[in-house]
Amino acid sequence: MKPTRRAMLEPYILLLPSILYLAIFFAWPMAQAFGLAFRDDAGRWTLQFFQRMVGDASFWPALSATALLVAVIIPLQFILALAMALLVMARLRGSGALVYIYALPIAVSDLAAGIVWFSVFTERGYLNTILQGLGLLERPFIFLQYGSTWALIAVILAEVWRATSIVFVILLAGLQGIPNEYFEAAEVFGAGWFQRLRRVTLPMLRPSIQVALILRTILAFQVFAVVVALTGDGVKVLASEAYQWYNQWRNLNVAAAYAALILLISLLSTGLYLRALRSRSEAAGA
Amino acid sequence: MTRRPAPPASRRLSRALVYLAAIVIALYIAGPIYLVAVLAFSPRDVVYGYPKPIVPTQISLETMAFFINSYGILDSVKNSVIVAVLTLGLSLAIGAPAGYALARYVFRGSDIYRILILSTRAFPVVILSIPLITAYITWGLDDTALGVALLHTAMALPTTILVTSSIFVGVSKDLEEAAMTMGCTRLGAFRRVALPLALPGLAASAIFTFVLSWNEVFAAAILTIQNQTLPARLIVQLNQSPIPFRFAGGLFILAPAIVFMLFARRYLFSLWGVKLR
Repeated sequence: MKPTRRAMLEPYILLLPSILYLAIFFAWPMAQAFGLAFRDDAGRWTLQFFQRMVGDASFWPALSATALLVAVIIPLQFILALAMALLVMARLRGSGALVYIYALPIAVSDLAAGIVWFSVFTERGYLNTILQGLGLLERPFIFLQYGSTWALIAVILAEVWRATSIVFVILLAGLQGIPNEYFEAAEVFGAGWFQRLRRVTLPMLRPSIQVALILRTILAFQVFAVVVALTGDGVKVLASEAYQWYNQWRNLNVAAAYAALILLISLLSTGLYLRALRSRSEAAGA
Repeated sequence: MTRRPAPPASRRLSRALVYLAAIVIALYIAGPIYLVAVLAFSPRDVVYGYPKPIVPTQISLETMAFFINSYGILDSVKNSVIVAVLTLGLSLAIGAPAGYALARYVFRGSDIYRILILSTRAFPVVILSIPLITAYITWGLDDTALGVALLHTAMALPTTILVTSSIFVGVSKDLEEAAMTMGCTRLGAFRRVALPLALPGLAASAIFTFVLSWNEVFAAAILTIQNQTLPARLIVQLNQSPIPFRFAGGLFILAPAIVFMLFARRYLFSLWGVKLR
């Protein structure tokens, strides 16, 4: 078969719908978010909506809670996911069932996760039932009190529970891709378990870790339904504020300012990760 | 294999600790799902009661029935299914051809396209719903299932493209070429050879898209007022609703997720792990 002009065009024709679609429903609204956030009704550039967002009493609590959640949840998830992946690789009996259970929350929505953990942390819930049953508490403790540290801990546990699975699957896939000879060689040279983890496993996993880090961090900045389902209004985050500004006050501009902020933070953190992980691998290679 | 040979006694001890860790983590993950299921299938006074039962004392459909018969729930379930099916159809119709092109053709710009698709992951897609509100009002798409589905498709499309591409890479090109030498057109060869072979993978990808849409809360809650999907309706009502409503609703969203995992387990790694790199 000789490539005809039509055959040369074929791939582009096949790609065209997806390009058009993403231009209309991805790129355009993305740009539009900035327009809404930084331009007034007459089309002039303005910072008034941004100032209104920053001046709102809920802004700093929402920003700091979101940052705190990301800073605590992401490292916890990576440690737990790595442990889970290594446990599966340890060839235990029933490790097939283990993979299934560990991967289960991948398909669980953030809303459902919030409700599930609400049954644990609510005042008349399972945690109090168990603690009181063990005689550790005299009467039920209110974990989900407005703005309390316990409410944040509940959110952290629920988010770690829900979103570690995806990291686990990515890391497990990465682990399975590392040739066995590397571990055997390290063992021959007398490397212990911990040394093999540090010198072989983690460096070889870097691409998987990078993918999972970026994916998880971007989603973590959008944390929303878990927080609302668990604490109601008790913990404020950036996405719930965006939702409130639109749903309660019908203020599209300030809601868009929150959206633009989430977007900027996400892009910034992706950039930082790419830089940090690349420069480190180059330094290791040098 | 990756473990160092050790004297039997200490080895057995460390083996036991490994098993213990595996079981503790499994309990952390499966336990809460079990507990919420116990509540969803307990009668109302048990759900309100304290202490809560860890083993179900009496199984009842009262709580689930109360949830399903609550005002607007069945409509929102219907909306959820419509949105999810539209999303699934749209993303396959638009994404699969692109995935096929990436898998089968060598052409200029394919790398740039691939990088562009990958880089969409760096954007928080959910926030797109806010700028889309005004556009939807002009287009007459506000408060419609189609409007939500269009945004869900934008969320699912990059993954659909990359996943379908990897599925078609896995389907041998030779078979298609053989069909073409025997007189099939390119389209005919695709339909008769590549498509049937790719079908299980495409089905797994479709299930994944369905669940993504079924689970999505933020955009659905922003873009609809009356025609809410189930998660959108729940998030609006949740904090004013009675406790049995919440737990039954939670289980109702969870159940398809569990079924999804049963069906798609085999494809999990090709969908999520290996191909993401």
